[in-house]
Amino acid sequence: MEKILEVKDLQLSFHTFAGEVQAIRGVNFDLLKGETLAIVGESGSGKSVTTKAIMRLLPESSSEFKSGEILFNGKDLTKLSDKEMQKIRGKDISMIFQDPMTSLNPTMTIGRQITEPLLKHQKVGKTQAKKVAIDLLRMVGMPKPELRIKQYPHQFSGGQRQRIVIAIALACNPQILIADEPTTALDVTIQAQILELMKDLQKKIDTSIIFITHDLGVVANVADRVAVMYGGRIVEMGTVDEIFYNPQHPYTWGLLSSMPSLDTAEEKLYAIPGTPPDLLDPPKGDAFALRSEYALAIDLEQAPPVFKVSDTHFAATWLLHPDAPEVDPPLSIIERMKKFPGSRYYEGVAR
Amino acid sequence: MAKYIVKRVFYMFITLFLIATATFFLMKTLPGSPISSASKLNPQQLAVVEAKYGLDQPLPVQYGKYMLNLVQGDLGNSYQFKGADVTDLIISRLGPSFILGAQGLILGVAIGIILGMIAALKQNTIWDYGSTFIAIIGISIPSFVFATFLQYWLAIKWELLPVALWDDGWKSSIMPSIALAMGPLATAARFIRTEMIEVLSSDYITLAKSKGASSFEVAFKHAFRNALIPLVTVLGPLAAGLLTGSLVIENIFAIPGIGEQFVKAIMVSDFSVIMGTTLFFSVFLIFVILVVDILYGIIDPRIRLSGGNS
Repeated sequence: MEKILEVKDLQLSFHTFAGEVQAIRGVNFDLLKGETLAIVGESGSGKSVTTKAIMRLLPESSSEFKSGEILFNGKDLTKLSDKEMQKIRGKDISMIFQDPMTSLNPTMTIGRQITEPLLKHQKVGKTQAKKVAIDLLRMVGMPKPELRIKQYPHQFSGGQRQRIVIAIALACNPQILIADEPTTALDVTIQAQILELMKDLQKKIDTSIIFITHDLGVVANVADRVAVMYGGRIVEMGTVDEIFYNPQHPYTWGLLSSMPSLDTAEEKLYAIPGTPPDLLDPPKGDAFALRSEYALAIDLEQAPPVFKVSDTHFAATWLLHPDAPEVDPPLSIIERMKKFPGSRYYEGVAR
Repeated sequence: MAKYIVKRVFYMFITLFLIATATFFLMKTLPGSPISSASKLNPQQLAVVEAKYGLDQPLPVQYGKYMLNLVQGDLGNSYQFKGADVTDLIISRLGPSFILGAQGLILGVAIGIILGMIAALKQNTIWDYGSTFIAIIGISIPSFVFATFLQYWLAIKWELLPVALWDDGWKSSIMPSIALAMGPLATAARFIRTEMIEVLSSDYITLAKSKGASSFEVAFKHAFRNALIPLVTVLGPLAAGLLTGSLVIENIFAIPGIGEQFVKAIMVSDFSVIMGTTLFFSVFLIFVILVVDILYGIIDPRIRLSGGNS
């Protein structure tokens, strides 16, 4: 499949009063045409910053690209001027935000907000743009779009507003849609509706989606591939099945174990101990080592390289080194691995 | 909307009634009367004159008579200007005051908004510090001090403008308008800066950027209107400040406006002029506040007034 976006060794820092925060410390990933890539990780792992860096939406005064490149159709986005970037934003790459209650301009009719990218990027007149906006609203499932287009954001519910934000993002048929926790602020039934809508629309306009979330349930529902971020790096990356049923990194084990499931026998839900690393002064080895019961001596000394598990599955943990001692993941993870052909615990039972 | 305005007008009359009553009794507690302060009459003559103007009657009677006349739209006659009608006196002085107030407000708010925008968009640069400095000066230097400086430099040193008086057409209005504008300018600059900085960091601004809007579009199409709302709130008090400011400024520049007349009336206890001017100021202020409330709804659809429930 064709690569639409390549992020290569991206490093980005914020300059704060306390010092330099190394928010992204060497991130590599590709986005294929038409796929949904989920980026998961806890707060502060750098997932939002990575996507804001792709959109170049970080404050220029305090953030700095240290190295690496973001190649979009061969162009390095980190090197583009503001003017060139404005032509890409909203047209080729667009974004959906976390909180629909605050992401629409309260003093502008939604019609104007939807037509804005159309008028800006496509050579259409006002009447044509309005027509397209009504079609877009209908496409995202808004009843009576002709009437509602004249209304203001406060006249819509949270779920409806997120539909409007999606309509804005899809107005110019972008090649990449970045969804930054688009369902986090919504209640569960609306969440499901919005996810369904996004899947439908992705098929219709054939766009690639980068889906940021910390909700693994959502990941299982929408993603083709998953990247697990921790401490400003991607620690494991693979297809949904590989990440859910054959995870290799202890952090991924922790994440999966802390996900409630119907067949967990234990009463208490597992929680990863400790707190995320301080990126003002990141640990020199594996950033997760201090919180991990599987940490090896070398984890504290040297950052692990990326080991290949399969053609699509990579993980950065010393446990995959040929010389590493064989450790057994937590029981719940072994249960998962039993269902995965190719894992060392595979029992040949069909899932 | 119409219902809302009718309701507001009704409240306005109640407010005016209370203001008229309070002013009337407060004024009567002042020592002296229009007659005693002006002339050297002997007690018998004084009694005759007081009787003629009804000043010898008990307070409630005087109050009742005044209010009765007021309801019929009669503000009474001046004591100092040989029985001139107070309504006519006020109207004759309206022109200069209105010109000064309008020019001061428009100039101050417009420049204040520009300074505030510059400060917010160029945050923590020399532009920001410069505009903040101007705002601090505007807040901390009283308008009469500023007015004196203007007179000294612009009129006396450089001889660009007339020192005072209202006899050189529009030129006479320039300095007093600038002096009046300083307050609103500082307030507007501070409000717009704070609010713009806040608005520019909000989610919908990030969304606007992610649509491909340029920084100019983001600032003026998306942020500006939202940043205006708090400024509109203080427009009412700002207009009130201009009124009191004009009392001083009109005296300094010897401008024949309402403010100057008001101050003189207080000096000589010209009861009916004091009452009339106070009521006029009140009507004006209440009107401004009503306009501000309506403006609110125009700028922010979330607080748009719908008929009946306000």
